[in-house]
Amino acid sequence: MNSVLLTLNLNPIYPATAMVLFAILVMLADILNYGGRTTTRPVIPWIALFGVLVTGGICFWLLGQPTVSFQGMASADPIALGIDLVVLVATGLGILASVKYIPAVSQQVGEYYALLLLVAAGMMVMGSAMDLIVVFLSLEIFSLGLYILSGLNRNDARSSEAAMKYFLLGAFSSAFFVYGAALLYGATGSTQFAQIAASLANNQADLNLLYPAMALLIVGFGFKVSLVPFHMWTPDVYQGAPTPVTAFMSVGTKAAAFAAFYRLFLFALPTQQPVWGWALAILAVLTMTLGNLAALRQTSLKRLLAYSSIAHAGYILVGLVAGSPLGIEGALFYLITYAFMNIGAFMVVMVLEKEGEMDADGNRLRGLAKRQPVLALIMAIFMLSLAGVPPFAGFFAKFFVFSAAVQGGWSWLAAIAMLNSAIGAYYYLRITVAMYFGEPTAETVVEPRRSGPATVGMVIALVFTVLLGFFPMLWSSLIQTGVIQVALR
Amino acid sequence: MTFNLPYLLSLITFLPLFGAIVVLLVPGDTAKKWLALLVTLVTFVISLLLLVNWQPIAGMQFVEELPWFPPLDMRYAMGVDGISLFLVLLTTLLMPISIYFSNLYVRTRLGPYLALMLLLETAMIGVFLALDLVLFFVFFEASLIPMYFLIGEWGGQNRVYAAVKFFIYTFAGSALMVVAILLVYFSTGTFDIVALQHVQIAPAVQMWGFVAFALAFAVKTPLFPFHTWLPDAHVQAPTAGSIILAGVLLKMGTYGYLRLAMPIFPQAAAQLGPVVATLAAIGIIYGALVALMQKDIKSLVAYSSVAHLGYVMLGLVAFNAIGVSGAVLQMVNHGLSTGALFLMVGLLYERRHTRMLEDFGGLWKSVPLYCGLFLVVAMSSIGLPGLNGFVGEFTIMLGAFTYMPIFAVVAAAGVILAAWYMLTAFRKMAQGEITNEANDSHHLKDLRFDEVLMVLPLVLLFFVIGLFPNLFFDKINPSVAALVTSSQAAIRAASVSEHPTQFVFNTPQIADGLTVTTK
Repeated sequence: MNSVLLTLNLNPIYPATAMVLFAILVMLADILNYGGRTTTRPVIPWIALFGVLVTGGICFWLLGQPTVSFQGMASADPIALGIDLVVLVATGLGILASVKYIPAVSQQVGEYYALLLLVAAGMMVMGSAMDLIVVFLSLEIFSLGLYILSGLNRNDARSSEAAMKYFLLGAFSSAFFVYGAALLYGATGSTQFAQIAASLANNQADLNLLYPAMALLIVGFGFKVSLVPFHMWTPDVYQGAPTPVTAFMSVGTKAAAFAAFYRLFLFALPTQQPVWGWALAILAVLTMTLGNLAALRQTSLKRLLAYSSIAHAGYILVGLVAGSPLGIEGALFYLITYAFMNIGAFMVVMVLEKEGEMDADGNRLRGLAKRQPVLALIMAIFMLSLAGVPPFAGFFAKFFVFSAAVQGGWSWLAAIAMLNSAIGAYYYLRITVAMYFGEPTAETVVEPRRSGPATVGMVIALVFTVLLGFFPMLWSSLIQTGVIQVALR
Repeated sequence: MTFNLPYLLSLITFLPLFGAIVVLLVPGDTAKKWLALLVTLVTFVISLLLLVNWQPIAGMQFVEELPWFPPLDMRYAMGVDGISLFLVLLTTLLMPISIYFSNLYVRTRLGPYLALMLLLETAMIGVFLALDLVLFFVFFEASLIPMYFLIGEWGGQNRVYAAVKFFIYTFAGSALMVVAILLVYFSTGTFDIVALQHVQIAPAVQMWGFVAFALAFAVKTPLFPFHTWLPDAHVQAPTAGSIILAGVLLKMGTYGYLRLAMPIFPQAAAQLGPVVATLAAIGIIYGALVALMQKDIKSLVAYSSVAHLGYVMLGLVAFNAIGVSGAVLQMVNHGLSTGALFLMVGLLYERRHTRMLEDFGGLWKSVPLYCGLFLVVAMSSIGLPGLNGFVGEFTIMLGAFTYMPIFAVVAAAGVILAAWYMLTAFRKMAQGEITNEANDSHHLKDLRFDEVLMVLPLVLLFFVIGLFPNLFFDKINPSVAALVTSSQAAIRAASVSEHPTQFVFNTPQIADGLTVTTK
């Protein structure tokens, strides 16, 4: 036994393990509170944040040595580490947003941070998963945590409703996923991506099982990344969950689920691209269009960002349709950019919430530029970046993802996506209109909540939203093209 | 030995950006005003180094090149040739004038205002200097942001509507261009604007790419029927915004058409040329007729821009050396004369707080200096021989005539209409008796010395271009000739096998002969 452990390369699970260890540390620190004499509560967020930084360091260390281990079930390739970094950014910014916010809505501060780290660990495992079983395990690990986190505020009926809705629909979609995985196993005789691909390449697969399997798996992933028509839960859960949780999950879930989504279809099912390419293209069109059109009509800021996140899921899906490695690079760039700009936007919303409220009305932004010029400027840049206006990073995110589609001959899809981003520009612009050209009314004026850590978080998000726009190589030199192409083979 | 600076183009481009940041940080409105003016003046002076160190060659000069995003071969590449030279100088010249005007009359939130103007300058210069498609697009789109806020915050009554319309129209117009840029990249393997002029792209790709590019530029220019954002934006924008919008921003459309749409997709451009030319011709007549009906001077000038840009497009579509050279010069001319017109309208508006023609009358008696200058500017806009507008329009008409005579006829008719609406406006404003006592010399003060000084450089240039056009054509012609020749060669190469070309193109040498006639 000993020798197996020694020869086993643990690289793929180092980041997740570090996160779990820190989650345990957070729980231990929390236990000290129950004696009543000392309180460790103020320290807990910083332990969690330290954990994020340490794990980030581990990821950077691993970037130089891509490996696949656990009999090909988990991989520490640039995709996995890229997803790890996206999740870590989301977690780190989420923690900064939570420091002042969470104690106001819940007593379970220790549990909150421990769950946050465990959820992140689950997402990171999913990013490195090369096997359907591992995908499913990690999917459940982070989903269960997220169900609890979204219902954190037990005094708020909407929060509980969000958690319940998320749990029921999430469980339902997990069933779809498992059924799909089972059928895929039945069709090809393996749960491992590489062997599924080999079996398909040798024409040994049972196509009668394969197509239903693909359909069910698409439904399962579609739910997690909120593709239309599996998006119904998204606005309610995003609105009901505590805002830092919403911010974190809007990015983290997408990163993890899209990683597995991309991996499964590119690594295990590349031969079926002519079939799933069309299915995903149609889903992408539906998702972008409906997400954007629905966002046009929202008044609640969190619901608006929820529908916008649906639209963004559609954009990210465009990169997968052509089935090329360029799409993975584009999607990774998209996700890291999205982590900064979207969480940044949620943080601004959070700052504008009133005490005891978990959402902010769009009217609250009216005249913000006159009262809070810096906050308004930050929000405006996030909005312009989300809209995809250069020179901010959001533009390059779209550019890179759509480049994969154009390269693969799906120019019409990229064209629809770009027209959609023009629709999207309207509602993002409306926010800047309210902030800069709107007049505040007495009932909409809210004194922003002061939160030092959240301010730091916003500034970090802003800096990277701008910086990645001017220097996209900052990220892409980490996630090198060549290495991804090696991993594809 | 001449003085030169390293990284000259980057310096010209990013000095205003740097200035914008400093302006925001410096306390005190007076300091901000002087600083912004200083930055734009220094930028202008530095940009004159381009003239000083100019080499009489057709290709790109002062080229800078750095890798930007190697996986997709995106580069930070800047360069200037005869086509872009005067557009850059036009921008750097109009900026200090606009800033000075704003310093006189903008009262609210001066810091952000000046910073946005400076950001706008960076974006505009970047568009004219970029040699990489993606870099071009980034500058092209980035210019929307400052302009949007300038109109929306400091504009007139209906400013928010105008700002949003401006943003959405142009953003949507260029959405498809992104796809076309990618299409070009994947069929040629490069974003290099210069290299792309010599690469053959498959006809089907050319058609789609051209349509997407042309649409983006048609909205920006604006070409009829994509012009509806323009009157709103122009009328609502603050004066300095209108000067820049009409003077420079619109040229980004025509410049893009000339630099990208035609050379990269020469066959498609030749095939669809008549369509574009027809739209341009409609724009000339339509813009002039609508301008004739306007009661607001500012919207009159705005519609006149639709007509004038129609000329420029016509010259470009003709795609012979004369027409294109004329169009390039006419871009500069329009920037000067329409910029000056908006400046004059702005000066009057700040005095009377109305722009309605019916509110004026007899101004010649109360403010003769103003009216005299206005007349010169109006004459330049009409195209009076001896002034700059004539040279550009005449050259364009020559080019259009050799392309398809009918368009030259339409263009000539447009000149008559231009004279009609401009002189009508001038008559209503300046001539006759003073009917409103707000217009008499007690209430209305004539131009101050510094205000004249603002208009003077533009007026001087009207005469310089009008009397010595070869000073400009000498630098424009070689680059235009090279561009036209290589594109025509591409068209001929492609059409030899299919069907004999139905488009007659001139040899570029004629352009040199032409400039003599305008002296």
